[in-house]
Amino acid sequence: MAQTVHVHPLLQVRDVGKRYGARIGCADVSFDLYPGEVMGIVGESGSGKSTLLNCLAGHLEPDTGQVIFDTRAEGPIDTVTMSEPVRRMLGRTDWAFVHQHARDGLRMSVSAGGNIGERLMAVGERHYGHIRDSATDWLGRVEIAADRIDDRPTAFSGGMQQRLQIARNLVTGPRLVFMDEPTGGLDVSVQARLLDLLRGLVREMGLSAIIVTHDLAVVRLLADRLMVMKDGHVVESGLTDQVLDDPQHGYTQLLVSSVLQV
Amino acid sequence: MTAEHGQMTEYNFAYLDEQTKRMIRRAILKGLAIPGYQVPFASREMPMPYGWGTGGVQVSAATLTPEDRFKVIDQGADDTTNAVSIRKFFERTAGVETTEETAQATVIQTRHRIPEMPLTEDQILVYQVPIPEPLRFLEPRETETRKMHSLEEYGLMHVKLYEDIARHGAIATSYAYPVKVAGRYVMDPSPIPKFDNPKMEMAAIQLFGAGREQRIYALPPWTPVVSLDFEDYPFEPSKADHPCDLCGAEDSYLDEVILDDAGGRMFVCSDTDYCRSRREAGHAGRLSEEAA
Repeated sequence: MAQTVHVHPLLQVRDVGKRYGARIGCADVSFDLYPGEVMGIVGESGSGKSTLLNCLAGHLEPDTGQVIFDTRAEGPIDTVTMSEPVRRMLGRTDWAFVHQHARDGLRMSVSAGGNIGERLMAVGERHYGHIRDSATDWLGRVEIAADRIDDRPTAFSGGMQQRLQIARNLVTGPRLVFMDEPTGGLDVSVQARLLDLLRGLVREMGLSAIIVTHDLAVVRLLADRLMVMKDGHVVESGLTDQVLDDPQHGYTQLLVSSVLQV
Repeated sequence: MTAEHGQMTEYNFAYLDEQTKRMIRRAILKGLAIPGYQVPFASREMPMPYGWGTGGVQVSAATLTPEDRFKVIDQGADDTTNAVSIRKFFERTAGVETTEETAQATVIQTRHRIPEMPLTEDQILVYQVPIPEPLRFLEPRETETRKMHSLEEYGLMHVKLYEDIARHGAIATSYAYPVKVAGRYVMDPSPIPKFDNPKMEMAAIQLFGAGREQRIYALPPWTPVVSLDFEDYPFEPSKADHPCDLCGAEDSYLDEVILDDAGGRMFVCSDTDYCRSRREAGHAGRLSEEAA
């Protein structure tokens, strides 16, 4: 991304910190994310990955720091101090959040088509035919048969639910996607297909993404850059291949070496 | 105030004490100031079960004056259990005059219907509301629905209508059809048939009381009320495609009554007062003689 020096960062994170009482959730996290770039955040359980992601996505309020997002209308704005209606509007237009458990991100009692259409209706689409067409189109893009459009997500397999959640999030053409362990809990062949799909969508739509995971294979495939977290602090960051092939910090070395080579 | 009913001295006028009425009136005024906004109020225990109209009764009690003439309808009828017992309740505790004639009443408490006869600016219509939150079955968290109201995030309401069309080919919601009032709040009109929705832009004041859920909301006269819909699936107020079998009315909402076990049925006005007044004026329907 060195050649894109004239491009403004999409997201600038400055000294973000969150404490849970005396314990540290995450501390002193700073980075820039450029348009079209995918950032991976890895670390063991409890290292503050999800806390950080929730702070960035506006689900948690960080205690310190700024999260500056380059909005379409008004340029860079700190999302921590912006008013709640504006932040929630961002949350259903320019941002998307893919939960680890599809059940957290889907309405399980609403059909697949309704799930995909919800964001469209939330931003004012009032034409049933158009909503239906977008839903059919997106089901196709995430490889779900069009005749499942009126089925509820409860009738879907885990992998299909996850793909439906992705379709539901991307339908409004967001610019920044937050993903919390998108492949967690899926078996490896399903994981591989989901990763393929995600990689295709990210490239095709020019999405920026922040992916939290503990699966190094996921970041190897998807992420341009990588941050390694331990005990709430970023211990190493850099280009993905560089960090994974030549880890400098002791913890990163441990992490890389603990992956089973099959 | 209940001097004419010697045995009733243990009650204040209209059952509730004056402090409670004052609290309810404040909620009503706030509701009128912000049409469609659900005002929380400290709902009292009433001598009837929840679901029988405890909210409507409290609103009526706070609204009634000794000069009022009171009418109660349940599904359009004046003579069903719910209507009869609430009417009796206020006859005993308030000593107000009661009537079955819509035009004569000053306060009308209703469950599930709006009278067919247009109301005037001298009248108040009080609705009994079971679940005041239109978003409830889509979003179970009260904290979240309140936030959605305050930020005007109503996309979810259309998801429900989308589901209707996807499953039934048309908007199948036929009662408690969500409306947007004064261009701001999405409101549950209580379980009235959607046939009645267009009538809600009326001259009378409309008050909504939900006792169990402890909410009051209101519509001032002539508040714009828009039923939600899609551009390609517009809102249609619907009714059974028949004239009334007793009075021949073609413009009133009908109940279907099964007559025998051989498929016999009749359609009659659900508004009993409207049907009676038409029959008295000489109108007749298909089964008028037999039924009379």
